Amino acid sequence: MPKDHGIGASSKRREDIRFLTGRGVYTDDMALHAQAAAVFVRSNVAHGRIGKIDTTKASAMPGVLAIFTGEDFKDVGGNPAGWLINSRDGTPMREPKRPVLAHGKVRHVGDAYAAVIAETVAQAKDAAEQLAEDSVIEELPAIVDMKAAVADASNRVHDEIPDNVCFDWGWIEDNRAAVDAAMKAAPHVVTLNLVNNRLIPNAMEPRASIGEYNPGTGDYKLTTTSQNPHLTRLLVAAFVLGIPENKLTVVAPDVGGGFGSKIYHYGEEALVLAAAKKLGRPVRWTAERSESFLTDAHGRDHVTKIELGCTKDGEILAIRTETLANVGAYLSNFSTATPTFLHGTLMSGPYKVPHVYVNVKTVFTNTAPVDAYRGAGRPEATYSLERVIDQMCRELGLDPFEVRRKNLLTPDQFPYQSPVGLLYDTGNYQATLDKAVQMADVAGFEKRAAESKARGKLRGMGLSTWIEACGIAPSNLVGILGSRVGLFDAATVRVNATGNISVMVGAHSHGQGHETVFAQIVAEKLGIPESSVDIVHGDTSKIPFGMGSYGSRSLAVCGTAMTKAVDKIIAKGKKIAAHMLEAAEGDITFEDGKFSVSGTDKAKTFGEIAFSAYVPHNYPLETLEPGLEETAFYDPANFTYPAGAYICEVEVDEGTGKVEVVAFHCADDFGNVMNPMIVEGQVHGGVGQGIGQALLEFTTYDENGQLLTGSYMDYPMPRAEDVPFYNVDYSCQTPCTHNPLGVKGCGEAGAIGSPPAVVNAVIDALHRGGHTHVKHIDMPVSPSRVWSAING
Amino acid sequence: MHNFDFAKPSTIADAANALAGEGAQALSGGQTLIPTMKQRLAAPGVLVSLTGIAEMQGVCTGDGGLHIGAATSHAVVAKDAHPHYRALAELAGGIGDPAVRSRGTIGGSIANNDPAACYPSAVLASGATVVTNKRRIGSDDYFQGLFTTALEEGEFITSVVFPIPQKAAYVKFNQPASRFALTGVFVAKFANGVRVAVTGAGNDGVFRWKEAEAALSANFSASAISGLTVDPAGMNTDLHGSAAYRANLVKVLTGRAVTAAG
Amino acid sequence: MTKVSMTVNGKAVSGEVEGRTLLSSFLREGLGMTGTHVGCDTSQCGACVVHVDGKPVKSCTVFASDVAGATVKTIEGMANADGSLSVLQQSFQDHHGLQCGFCTPGMVMSAAALLAENPRPTEHEVRHYLEGNICRCTGYHNIVKSVMAASGQDVSALAAE
Repeated sequence: MPKDHGIGASSKRREDIRFLTGRGVYTDDMALHAQAAAVFVRSNVAHGRIGKIDTTKASAMPGVLAIFTGEDFKDVGGNPAGWLINSRDGTPMREPKRPVLAHGKVRHVGDAYAAVIAETVAQAKDAAEQLAEDSVIEELPAIVDMKAAVADASNRVHDEIPDNVCFDWGWIEDNRAAVDAAMKAAPHVVTLNLVNNRLIPNAMEPRASIGEYNPGTGDYKLTTTSQNPHLTRLLVAAFVLGIPENKLTVVAPDVGGGFGSKIYHYGEEALVLAAAKKLGRPVRWTAERSESFLTDAHGRDHVTKIELGCTKDGEILAIRTETLANVGAYLSNFSTATPTFLHGTLMSGPYKVPHVYVNVKTVFTNTAPVDAYRGAGRPEATYSLERVIDQMCRELGLDPFEVRRKNLLTPDQFPYQSPVGLLYDTGNYQATLDKAVQMADVAGFEKRAAESKARGKLRGMGLSTWIEACGIAPSNLVGILGSRVGLFDAATVRVNATGNISVMVGAHSHGQGHETVFAQIVAEKLGIPESSVDIVHGDTSKIPFGMGSYGSRSLAVCGTAMTKAVDKIIAKGKKIAAHMLEAAEGDITFEDGKFSVSGTDKAKTFGEIAFSAYVPHNYPLETLEPGLEETAFYDPANFTYPAGAYICEVEVDEGTGKVEVVAFHCADDFGNVMNPMIVEGQVHGGVGQGIGQALLEFTTYDENGQLLTGSYMDYPMPRAEDVPFYNVDYSCQTPCTHNPLGVKGCGEAGAIGSPPAVVNAVIDALHRGGHTHVKHIDMPVSPSRVWSAING
Repeated sequence: MHNFDFAKPSTIADAANALAGEGAQALSGGQTLIPTMKQRLAAPGVLVSLTGIAEMQGVCTGDGGLHIGAATSHAVVAKDAHPHYRALAELAGGIGDPAVRSRGTIGGSIANNDPAACYPSAVLASGATVVTNKRRIGSDDYFQGLFTTALEEGEFITSVVFPIPQKAAYVKFNQPASRFALTGVFVAKFANGVRVAVTGAGNDGVFRWKEAEAALSANFSASAISGLTVDPAGMNTDLHGSAAYRANLVKVLTGRAVTAAG
Repeated sequence: MTKVSMTVNGKAVSGEVEGRTLLSSFLREGLGMTGTHVGCDTSQCGACVVHVDGKPVKSCTVFASDVAGATVKTIEGMANADGSLSVLQQSFQDHHGLQCGFCTPGMVMSAAALLAENPRPTEHEVRHYLEGNICRCTGYHNIVKSVMAASGQDVSALAAE
């Protein structure tokens, strides 16, 4: 029987009640007394010099309360990059200031250079329209294509950066010569040129922020769509506006999805705070979807050449990649880490590869900033690897399953020091591959292919065996690698006098279900009902300083902090129990919600101990503080390494080029699983996004830097009709060796492992259909691209 | 969006009067017009809703075929036209999504004449008659290019009359984002010949593929068009497909529509 | 400004609106019923779907004035009279048919409209009907499952679990 509560149970989500009845409270749902509306004036050119902004007419329009321009923020700080990356020659990356409002130049379509505050949104929009008319922006040639950006030193996104290169990174630079030699000596070399398509995250809730200021206390409050309220507070207070952190509360209430895009601090957050202070009224802003398309940090956007050196029987000897990675117009907070340490360090995948070298050049362009989007660097690495391995199989006539088996690390090789800097603690990659093969009924494929053919369709099968490094991250390690923040997390467990519990956590749930899962863990450990535990998150005035949720870290890092805080509660409870039961502390055991004296029937319930802590009439006050509340901070010893094997089957319609995913099988190793239902949901969502990237989604700027895919009319979002039911398994479990829950994280897996499985399946289908000239099709493998490839 | 005065007349005559005023614009289901107004690309002074006019609602058979009131929603056409003209009903049932079909109307779609809309292909392939508050317009005269029709200032569609073919089918290939027709082909076989109308593909809006009509009039089977080619020169190129790709789709979908028509 | 009246979730309501006031704005700002969400500005995402006279409608793409006198139902009106979740809502919870919750109101309203028209939809019919509701979290798997389960179908074999 599956468990019905606690760790490992598929407990139903408590947060669903409010979401299903329309009682969730998202930022835009909050109406405040005397609130004013902010509307941003955004550049309609990709690159331009800001001339005179004449506010005269706009200021006089009905309802207008204030107008801000870049000039108003020229003396405050810029929105910083969170990671310092050094180039191969040791020089630090180029790091231009990212102002609250554009100053001097606008650098992408949508770059805000002014903001209007008015009584209503409609009035603010009217005035913003007027202000745009009264602003002189001298258009400059747009820099859109990365290769052109690097080649043309005369045209610069940032005047002080001559070649538009942020850095030229080599990983690991010292190994370069050895890798080159290994590649040269390899009996066979496979080369692929790949584009990892630029994506727009499209969390369904558009970004929104409300600034408040109390002139009586000097306190600010920012309610905002954030995945990490403490990080946002640190950035906006300490780095940008210079507000003491203790004078700013950041609240991230119900947040409608993030996928990375709501990790980052954006200028709109600083603006509403500054405006609230100026006006002494709450100031709110909610993005329209068009603004989200233009200004949310985009994802991916790599152009990669990958070479793989191997033996004729498919043993991988060396891998070398050269990548141009777009960072857009400004450095978003994680944008320099994503194409480097979240990408290059994964380039040996789950395989034993002796020689790996990764070169990444990041390029400024007149496009929206690009940063981490679900998976963040790891999908790009996985895609490059899994595509080139498939190509190797095709060139050498080898079976893709057997080649992967040959190269996968074996269980006896852990812990494994990869050639690109990571220490994999544990795994069993054969087990997930075997499981996937069984789930997908690989043996029955030929029969299914024949059935498809009878219906006029080409069927293909694609495989991807993937690994990621998540549970981000050991602070000392990332510090060496250039991170400017720590990546610990924290939790406070407050046992109330009547024995129920409030847990304040640094992680933030914007769909993941922490309120349910975290409560399951606490309830299990304390032997109390889940309903007695509430999880509090998203408010810096309530929770300890944690780093929020991204990089599949919530459970592995914050969950561990919470577990450690619970352990402290139990330890203190034992002391109280020892006193009450007149026994030695060492004789007290805690099990099933009871503190007992070993070998006796003497016991106190958890509730009795809690009550005693707050009504300490019979209590060792001379040696023990009253109360029962503990905080733990946890900094992980290593990354976690989820891994898995994905098998995709597609049908291709040769007449139209349309690809349909007809089956998708996932065999994942997430270590221990706390709530299977939620884990499955995370995998479904990730695979859905991965299929979106593989088949549908793309971002196109024209040569003038205009975003052509700026709405759902042109940016293809996956719909229910575009995806199948997914077959998900997580029974292969090699628990993480360095956190007490043995968890690895599951949020990004689907988006990492699935794109190459889909594309490999399409290429397989085309080859089976006789279209053997098709070596590769870039994502999205859209109908027109497939048709053109077939007929090209 | 900019503000406007809102009027909702209950007769065609009142609507005609309201639309004769300065800056007045007709609003039918609003599924295209309202998003356009949100972008401030349209800013009428008066918006005249046509959905409150009883005589512009509903589906019935009568002289010349199936009469559909211009303010009839796609959802109602999908249901009520089904017994009479299945291909048309299926086309209506495939426009947008259910919520769009609750509001969007045939008159609004045809008046707007979006080059990727579904309805124009049915009107043109059926040789339907567009009835306005002023006159009757044959489908071959009505569609005049991208977003352009024979409608004059102050003129609005009150109904559309569809001759009912012996066999017909509409096959649509979705643009993956908007779900409009990247290309859609409506094939209608009448006693006196076959008409084939293509939406989404042409660079001048909906058009008849006359070579296919001739071939199919002689032999109504998919194989009849296998030797034909579509010239990409007349096709549209955009983010989602080249002219050559659309030319291919025209042929492939025409064949599939013929097969579907039976 | 003109006065508009309608029935929302069984209660007569009225308010002052401009011509341009959308039904979604009237519900959210005029009536404080923020369960109906606005996720896009091109009438594509479906987070704002409500029922108007029993039919699913994108409330961001209809003017409040144009539905004066109508009967409107929103997510706030979907629970049973005693406040417990309706069969459909309960099915979404049972089958994890939502994650961040933002698209959920529109998803539930569209699904309810489907089940009213088609009490036992196939997988394909569910997916097709939900074409106008975008979800970024779930990959749709559990949404489709929730809707089919709410229609009384056995969904246990739909995927390995």
